[in-house]
Amino acid sequence: MQRFLKKLSRRNEPYIFLVLLVLCVLIEVRSGQFFTPNNIVDKLSALVVPGIFAVGAFMVIVSGGMDVSFPALASLSAYATTKMLLDANYTGGIWLPILVSLAIGAVLGAFNGIFVGYFGLPALIVTLGSSSVFKGFMQGTLASRQLAVIPEGMAAFGRSAIFVATNPESGLTSRMPMAFLVFVAVVAVAWFILNRTMFGRGIYAIGGNEVSAHRAGFSVRKTKFWMYVFVGMIASLAGLMRTCMMTQMHPTNMLGMEMNIIAGVVLGGTAISGGAGTLTGCMLGTLLIVIVENSMILLGIPTVWKSVFVGALIIIGTGVSALQVARANRAAARKTAKEVA
Amino acid sequence: MAQPLLRAVDICKSFAGVQALKGVSLEIQPGEIHCLAGENGCGKSTLIKIISGVYQQDSGYIEFNGKRFGKITPRDAIASGIQVIYQDFSIFPNLTVMENLALNSELADGHKLVNRKRMRKIAEEAIAKINFDVELDRLVGTLSVAEKQMVAISRALMFNARLIIMDEPTTALTRKEVQALFKIIMRLKQQGIAILFVSHKLNEVFEISERFTIFRSGELVVSGNTSDLDDKKFSYYMTGREFEDELFTPQNLSEKPVLEAKGLGLTGFFEDISFTLRKGEILGITGLLDSGRTELALSLFGMRPADKGALYKDGEEIHLKSPQDAIKNRIGYVPEDRLSEGLFLPRSIADNVVISEIDRLASGVGIIDRAKRRSEIYRWVRDMAIATPNPENACSTLSGGNQQRIVLAKWLACNPDVLVLNGPTVGVDIGSKHDIHAILQRLANEGMAIIIISDDLPEVLQNCSRLLVLKAGRVAAEFLPASTNEQEVLSHML
Amino acid sequence: MGIGAKLSAIYRRDRHISRLILMMVVWAAFMAITRFDKFYTLINFQTMASQFPEFGLMSLGIMVCMITGGIDLSTVGVANLVSICAAMLMKGMANEEGEIAAYVIPLCFVIAIALGAVAGAFNGLLISRIRIPPILATLGTSELFTGIAIVLTDGKAVSKLPRVYSSTINSKIFGLIPTQLVFFAVMALILWFLLTRTTYGTKIYMIGTSARAAEFSGIRMSLLLIKTYMLSGICAALGGMVMLANYNSARADYGTVYTLQCVLIVVLGGVNPNGGSGKTSGVVLAICLLQMLQTGINRFPQISSYYISLIWGGVLILVMVLNYFTEHNIHLFKPKRS
Repeated sequence: MQRFLKKLSRRNEPYIFLVLLVLCVLIEVRSGQFFTPNNIVDKLSALVVPGIFAVGAFMVIVSGGMDVSFPALASLSAYATTKMLLDANYTGGIWLPILVSLAIGAVLGAFNGIFVGYFGLPALIVTLGSSSVFKGFMQGTLASRQLAVIPEGMAAFGRSAIFVATNPESGLTSRMPMAFLVFVAVVAVAWFILNRTMFGRGIYAIGGNEVSAHRAGFSVRKTKFWMYVFVGMIASLAGLMRTCMMTQMHPTNMLGMEMNIIAGVVLGGTAISGGAGTLTGCMLGTLLIVIVENSMILLGIPTVWKSVFVGALIIIGTGVSALQVARANRAAARKTAKEVA
Repeated sequence: MAQPLLRAVDICKSFAGVQALKGVSLEIQPGEIHCLAGENGCGKSTLIKIISGVYQQDSGYIEFNGKRFGKITPRDAIASGIQVIYQDFSIFPNLTVMENLALNSELADGHKLVNRKRMRKIAEEAIAKINFDVELDRLVGTLSVAEKQMVAISRALMFNARLIIMDEPTTALTRKEVQALFKIIMRLKQQGIAILFVSHKLNEVFEISERFTIFRSGELVVSGNTSDLDDKKFSYYMTGREFEDELFTPQNLSEKPVLEAKGLGLTGFFEDISFTLRKGEILGITGLLDSGRTELALSLFGMRPADKGALYKDGEEIHLKSPQDAIKNRIGYVPEDRLSEGLFLPRSIADNVVISEIDRLASGVGIIDRAKRRSEIYRWVRDMAIATPNPENACSTLSGGNQQRIVLAKWLACNPDVLVLNGPTVGVDIGSKHDIHAILQRLANEGMAIIIISDDLPEVLQNCSRLLVLKAGRVAAEFLPASTNEQEVLSHML
Repeated sequence: MGIGAKLSAIYRRDRHISRLILMMVVWAAFMAITRFDKFYTLINFQTMASQFPEFGLMSLGIMVCMITGGIDLSTVGVANLVSICAAMLMKGMANEEGEIAAYVIPLCFVIAIALGAVAGAFNGLLISRIRIPPILATLGTSELFTGIAIVLTDGKAVSKLPRVYSSTINSKIFGLIPTQLVFFAVMALILWFLLTRTTYGTKIYMIGTSARAAEFSGIRMSLLLIKTYMLSGICAALGGMVMLANYNSARADYGTVYTLQCVLIVVLGGVNPNGGSGKTSGVVLAICLLQMLQTGINRFPQISSYYISLIWGGVLILVMVLNYFTEHNIHLFKPKRS
């Protein structure tokens, strides 16, 4: 049954794309404002942080795990990076902050990786624990507080734009942030790793069947360990991007994002049992959530309704795919029986 | 005799103080089909794991192709041409056929990047070796069991295998597929590849292998030519006991049928099945894996409700929409797959025995009467002779035969009029099989109506008073076991 | 048999529970040595006993769900929704001076429990009928319930409640036992009884062990799952009512950290995340342990209370690693026997 579930979820992208399209058209019809240059740029810029997070969450789910620690990891890493550079009166560009936060992210990811990879403990529980540890370390040991000022290099990067889109009618403008390029780069690197390296195929293989992966010659422990290191780096980058784009560091406002990110990944057709799913689907799912979250005003619905809509979207989305799986199973069982007869 | 391909000499291995192998030896000639048989837990899988390098022996040595290994590693094993095809085939259902075939060799060659062109070439070569025709871009999860096995075999052949070890390869195959597999095995033999075939199915041992080796509790019992083996000797070697199998003759048949099916059908699976079943009778239903026998069994238990025809219990029509309906009508069901469908392995023996009748051991609001529960548990542990020091132990601590008795006890505790058993002795050792048959015959003689659904022909012929043969979802023939034989039944199955 | 051997036998009978007790004893001793007069006071214990029931009740709910192999991530959402409804009801029924009739509080509880049960039944339906994986279904409903709560309140806090509610729940029975503790204790006892003494308990352990075998044993899965999530909803509703009294106000985003914290408690309490095993006593111990750690650390003003989450996560991972060593028979300190 799981196999069918997995097979089916691989063919999910067209549906999500369709749903996405219908939603966009619906908003356009209601508001006439959706397909305007500034609105599209706004949505894409809102996708940057959730999108980067989703890539990491996606990789973990494909490997058959579940990571809830990434917001805490990102907060800790971004806070430590910002604070360190502030204390050092750093005045340079964005490269050093990126390198520092990648390094911190790698170390924190390795923390998850040791327990999940080498001890073989369940990922959900480990990351639940590590999430708590990271948060405690940030708030306790580092005594984190809100940083209204961040190093100029970071703030400048956050403010800089690739281009500015203008709405020809209303004259409203929106900046396409440089951070969007980082998002694109993360997706590209992750796509290359997952589809073009043996390491990435190993992640899929482990998610499909861990014992077989071991017998085939993959080092399950090492693969998992390095995957968590990589995921730590991705999450950490997302934290840094958020800090730059907000031009201030708020240590706790990323916490609690994990559930909606995971929901987006799953809506994109990633099998929660691991092994199946594509980055395209994952991005579509995340975009769906981002658009619903950010289009309340365009739809003329008070923003207080946001959670209701997101919740309903998750329930309906997962419900429809669950029903589909059940129907496909029945149909498939009948088909094989007929072939035989 | 030529130099043997594989010689395992005096292999000993123990786990946590329990000796699994007590100095066993095994010899395989090049291009030979050798069958390794033995009951569950006899040490045959431990030996395979030692030969393929998964475990290391405590003492003894292995010689392969003239080269002596103290301890063989998985890498040594693959490099010298030893390949294992596990029971679950070790495949990735979520990846394509191409990737399944090529990943191992890509890893072995130390490639870090994926090269689809190269992988496709590897995969094409691999399936060409056994003329296996499959679309390389299909997901392996969508293939049939036999096709999955072909993927596993093609993959094993890529490494210039000299010896292929197949662990119970026929378990999930239909008879046709088994024949196809045997053909491939014969072809491999012609190419000079030796096959070590692990099985406990008697007919397969006879059909395919030239030589055999039998283990019992970690010791070598006998090794020789298959032509010198017969049924009696085989079960004696396997168990160390001799069995006198009694043919079942119903003694106390009821006048009226307790269960009657009229034109029962489930679209796509079976059609127009009619039979009557009287108390004291054992009805056998046999057929190939794809004959609809399993679906019929599930329908009789309400698991997959039939959509045509009618079912009568004690003369009244009943509608079985769920297992609860079946239980209400006093129909019990012993499932095919004991481990996943019949038992809660980590739970206690006690819980497993009482789970289906638990509502009767409780007050109206569902509070369990603990004294009643305890006496019920002791009753069944005693009655079924379940070998355990403490019924609160986990079910997983028991042997296959004892576990099957728990499943039986669970249903007998519900006091059913009709007991449907699907493959009652699959994976059960010969000794327990004998005991379970005796229990079933006794139950019938005490007035229970029993349906045995099984493709083990000797089993149904010996234990049933009547036999229905299903073919492609329909009743193909009906026999009285006393006046027929295996060949005749088989001819109606195929 | 010497005392040592006896102790070791008791320890071995249930390692998990024993480890929790051991940790608690060590911490209690540490507090006794360092801050005896600040920690070991009646008032301190009463405060602790009035605080932990809010997340304790929610943890109990998650525990039952986890035993069936599921999880309930919507508890906090249910708790907030229920407390907001109750708060609005109370305000609506109060007269101009902010006083309410005597029957209003029990009525509010009845409604709260009913609401919790309905919310839980909704979860149960999604999981058993539509077969959405529990983690996703309750993730969605959590967002949904929170969303409804936001819509009801416009995202603002509901405060200025009739004073009598908070004072009733915050009162001490016989001047000694906090009322909140009574709610928790009663619920824990009910669950303990359900899990160990009734057919319902036996059946949900079986479902958690193997849903497939349960189906083949004639267990009515969907009904049991619905009942289970209803129980969790009721626990969450009571937790919400306690929160309402403790904060004297209700808001859609109160206690959001509780979701993961409760899951953490339940796992630390020895419930297998894959279902099929776990004890009420373990979870109750884990709840008490957390509260003692939290209050204990607060007695050291120089230590940031934020360290609690560090310690808490560390303890969880430590316990998991210890279990790993036990399962794999690795002795860190003793040489391997045989």
